[in-house]
Amino acid sequence: MSATRVAVLRFPGTLDHESAATAVRAVGGDPFFTHHTDTELPEDTHAVVIPGGFSYGDHLRPGALASRTPIMSAVKRHAAEGGRVLGICNGFQILCESAMLPGVLRPNASLSFICRQGDLEVADAGTPWTGGRLVGERLSVPFKHHDGAWFGDPGESRVVLRYRGENPNGSVDKIAGISNLAGNVMGLMPHPEEACDPLLGSVDGRALFAALLA
Amino acid sequence: MTLVVVTVMPKRGVLDPQGQAVQGALSHMGFGDVADVRVGKRIELEIGGPDPAGQAAKMCDDLLANALIEDYSVEVPG
Repeated sequence: MSATRVAVLRFPGTLDHESAATAVRAVGGDPFFTHHTDTELPEDTHAVVIPGGFSYGDHLRPGALASRTPIMSAVKRHAAEGGRVLGICNGFQILCESAMLPGVLRPNASLSFICRQGDLEVADAGTPWTGGRLVGERLSVPFKHHDGAWFGDPGESRVVLRYRGENPNGSVDKIAGISNLAGNVMGLMPHPEEACDPLLGSVDGRALFAALLA
Repeated sequence: MTLVVVTVMPKRGVLDPQGQAVQGALSHMGFGDVADVRVGKRIELEIGGPDPAGQAAKMCDDLLANALIEDYSVEVPG
């Protein structure tokens, strides 16, 4: 049996696509890159990752321009058919800007770029994205963002992950990651793709990538 | 071509950390009378075809402003 195919989106300014592809491989998937002008995902696409970076230089608003590209129309169709989509950092911003997830990511309250290892906790154990962890269980993953303060109505989504301890960026209800109500589209600001190898100090991010293959 | 000026501002009531930072700096510089600062953006569009202001408003709804956190106004100067 061939490995499960996972599309990793690339826009001008995407940075974390190689790390995302490595993480997909770490859980046994077969990643491939797409181009922002593609109008369709290949037919054998099982799931989609939208990695972090600064697509289109964050011009206008982070994720705003990437969310209006042809490939995102294809990703919306993929999700509408129940396919799984994981957006990380700028990918989360793109999912919100394309209305695949509610809310919007605003500048950190501190106006400073955050770059450090941090702790999350599971807020909803009922989605596929936390790999059987219980509510309150801890995940250690890197934070690295400038516009990470999620703003919106938490009731329009499922709050999957919250920051543990101090709120690093001023997000509503300490939200770090949400899924849509159906549970197949997930976005988060922290970087699980950088927490998939023991050499990096944590493999807690693997659960999110394993969920792509289910 | 018609020049259309779009102004996008953070909504009243939505925290504007950039405005707060600017206000803090102004205060340190001695401009203590400034009660509030909000930072937005001005977008100038050269638009052909009919109803340039209407077209600009549609662009704001579709891309230029995020209605969750921003208000916009459209002006055709002159």
